[in-house]
Amino acid sequence: MANLSSSEALSHSDSGHDTHHEKMSFWSKYVFSTDHKVIGMQYLFTGMFMALIGGFMVYAFRMQLAFPGEAVPGFGNVSAGAYNALVTNHGTIMIFWVAMPVLIAALGNFLIPLMIGCDDMVFPKINRLSYQIFLLSALVLIASFFVPGGPFGGAWTAYPPLSAQAKFNLTPLGAPMWVIAVALEFVAFLLGGINFITTTMNARAKGMKMYDIPIIVWMIVIASILFMASVGPLMAGAIMLLFDQTLSTNFFNPEYGGDPVLWQHLFWFFGHPEVYVVLLPAMGIVAEVITVFARKKLFAYKTVLYTTFATGVISFFVWAHHQFISGIDPRMANVFTITTLLISVPIAEMLFVYIATLYGGSIQFKTPMLFALAFLAEFLIGGVTGIHLGASGTDIYFHDTYFVLAHFHYTFVPIAIIAVFAAIYYWFPKMFGRMMNEFWGKVHFWGTVIPFNFIFIPLFMLGMAGQHRRIYNYNHFPDLATPELQNLRIIATVALVIMLLFQIPFLVNFFVSMFKGKKAEANPWKANTLEWTAPSPPPHGNFKVFPEVYRPPYEYSVPGRKEDYWPQDSKD
Amino acid sequence: MSEDSHSSEHIHSVGSYVKIWAILVVLLIISVIGPELGIQVITLITAFGIAIVKALMVAAKFMHLNVEKRYIWYLLYTGILFIFLFFTGIAPDIMKSEGTNWVKTDAAYIEKSQAIIQDHALHESETHEKEGATHEEHSSH
Amino acid sequence: MSSQVPIATGRSSTGIPTGKLAVWWVIASEIVIFGGLIACYLLYRFRFDHWSGFAGKTDTLAGAFNTLVLLTSSLFVVLAHQAAQRKDTKDAFKYLWLTIGGGFIFLIVKAYEYTSKILHGYTFTTDNFWSFYYTATGLHGFHVVAGMVIMAIISFDVRKGNNLHRVENIGIYWHFVDLVWIFLFPLLYIAK
Repeated sequence: MANLSSSEALSHSDSGHDTHHEKMSFWSKYVFSTDHKVIGMQYLFTGMFMALIGGFMVYAFRMQLAFPGEAVPGFGNVSAGAYNALVTNHGTIMIFWVAMPVLIAALGNFLIPLMIGCDDMVFPKINRLSYQIFLLSALVLIASFFVPGGPFGGAWTAYPPLSAQAKFNLTPLGAPMWVIAVALEFVAFLLGGINFITTTMNARAKGMKMYDIPIIVWMIVIASILFMASVGPLMAGAIMLLFDQTLSTNFFNPEYGGDPVLWQHLFWFFGHPEVYVVLLPAMGIVAEVITVFARKKLFAYKTVLYTTFATGVISFFVWAHHQFISGIDPRMANVFTITTLLISVPIAEMLFVYIATLYGGSIQFKTPMLFALAFLAEFLIGGVTGIHLGASGTDIYFHDTYFVLAHFHYTFVPIAIIAVFAAIYYWFPKMFGRMMNEFWGKVHFWGTVIPFNFIFIPLFMLGMAGQHRRIYNYNHFPDLATPELQNLRIIATVALVIMLLFQIPFLVNFFVSMFKGKKAEANPWKANTLEWTAPSPPPHGNFKVFPEVYRPPYEYSVPGRKEDYWPQDSKD
Repeated sequence: MSEDSHSSEHIHSVGSYVKIWAILVVLLIISVIGPELGIQVITLITAFGIAIVKALMVAAKFMHLNVEKRYIWYLLYTGILFIFLFFTGIAPDIMKSEGTNWVKTDAAYIEKSQAIIQDHALHESETHEKEGATHEEHSSH
Repeated sequence: MSSQVPIATGRSSTGIPTGKLAVWWVIASEIVIFGGLIACYLLYRFRFDHWSGFAGKTDTLAGAFNTLVLLTSSLFVVLAHQAAQRKDTKDAFKYLWLTIGGGFIFLIVKAYEYTSKILHGYTFTTDNFWSFYYTATGLHGFHVVAGMVIMAIISFDVRKGNNLHRVENIGIYWHFVDLVWIFLFPLLYIAK
């Protein structure tokens, strides 16, 4: 590194490098590789596998809610304990083992070096270590399903004393394993985040200045910084909770001077910025996709960037809006209401910029674009319903009802499902060198987005009717067991099953296209950013000649040019 | 790579580092003696004021932040700032046992906890001489 | 498995070498981890006045001695960095091992402190004060051990004249470990 001379740099980018790579065994090429693209794919496939587990869990407990007491086909009877374990692990998996690895780690690893024009992450071995720790964390979590006492069932927020003491949660092994898995996952993402940040800061292509960096790279980097800054107290908190569980300390035990509300603060000080940690990369995906498929320059690059900074900063001032009924100081509730309503301003501004980008563009309704547009529409609903929850007055009624749950899913499904599908359809040619089938992509799109609304609009209605979360059988509550409400639950469940079934065309399309799809050229979408100048799929080392950057990333339909795009690295 | 050329501009002499170390040791001695006076203001100043001075000295001189890019300072300060934000945000809930219209169930704990302190104090005064003997044993060990 | 260093690692758009930049980010993330723990401790400390009764039982002298040890080891590691700048690999190796020696003394004193506290009946679960005491010093001790291990690995590399810039990087980390102790010392030992 210190003695890396320019002659070494030249020999590295020689074409002899590829042939060297061909000779490597399966293990060193796909399992222990330090190549950022392979690690990105490892994250992507692990995330997809975990999504299948999380999807199966939601199937099991939604069936229980629609048809309480009846055996669920493929799962069996859902007892109260099993229900708690299912919802807890569904939440944990979907956030920490699906949204985070796919949106930040998979896309960050795959895209950052390609988009800023270098050959790999700056610390490839740390990168590999980060994935290995992540895989270990996933294995610990999966192992916790099979230990005596069963998996942890104290909700993904793990509030003590329920989560801290085995005499309450009845999972003496599952609970500590859950904490260990989550803590390991944090370590993995801290390592990965440092890689993303330093790579983007230091390894950019010649000529790439601050405002030439594609929005998605900015978003992933800012998300990594947010994660790093917010997770610290929770790391300390996780250690304390683990000691409470295993060594019977009393950090969160009110009987011996501990304070359970402290955990809630530790958790949400991380938990709220975490929402933006996953939102920002999704916003970045949408920025890339809509500029390409509207053939139009991003309406206001700098505005998007500054609103991202603003979102990042404000996201640290809003956490206690999750705790309005936890007995926090009412004066603080006032403060947090104001900051929570404030944070909708930069996010709304970002959405307006995207809509303004669409205005007057020549829009092509390719599958990635459909998903990106659906993201804007659905996320808007998620954001608007959040206002009722951010204001402490209305939140006191809505807290812990299905209204919260539906609001949350109206933000997270667009982020972690819809935007991710946009990214997969958009970058698939670059990842695997082949195109995905457009027709089945559209079938998948309509089959995902329409049922999605039929799942969660009924849940909004149930929430407003006062249906509380985390109850496994509403027949025990006469005012919630009415046929009208039960019908809403059945609609949601049927829509869910339809949505899950429509993922089969996607999986088939994905794996068939990977091997049999139409060969993709280097730049099938006619996009500007640097990853499209590399061959599809990029070889080890990415670029034959390292690109030099001459212009910002979104110069589409520039007047006076023959083509409607203007790659960042083209000289003229 | 220009690492060596980057840092070679700032080679300090061994003597300058030893001097800073000597100042740090003097500050340490003051910070230990100061609180022995038992005056709260002096305790706070000597214990925490000096800790901050020491920390800034180590950061500036040993970690070479004085010749590093300015934004590294800002980066580290931002981390500290977030901790202050965290502290002030949750202090109204956690730092006090009671407030307007609310009281936490601390009384029982405080009683138990104080009993532990008194127990040990009693135990120690009884076996004071024996303690001294074990202490010597430990230190000679 | 490519053992080659990617070109990306050698680039430096910011002007700060990549390794050092990463260490700064590691420290920023460590600040919030330790900061979170210290903030939790302080909140309880302000809430329960009687904790001063426990704080009086910590061994101020041992703590002060350990501060001295860490400050001295910080001096050694900065001297190692200075030697690496002079390309004096022998001196750098020597000072790195003096630093590791400092770490060992620190851990021995720590072990003595733990033993004597436990013998006096102040165990991990005696009271939340002691839980914090053991958790905070334990987490810090874990960082000391990690620093020592990394430093030992680097030292042999340095003796062969490779990766001299890593001396500065591990030095920065070691100073940070020192900094954490500078704050833990008054928090747990002096303030009564």
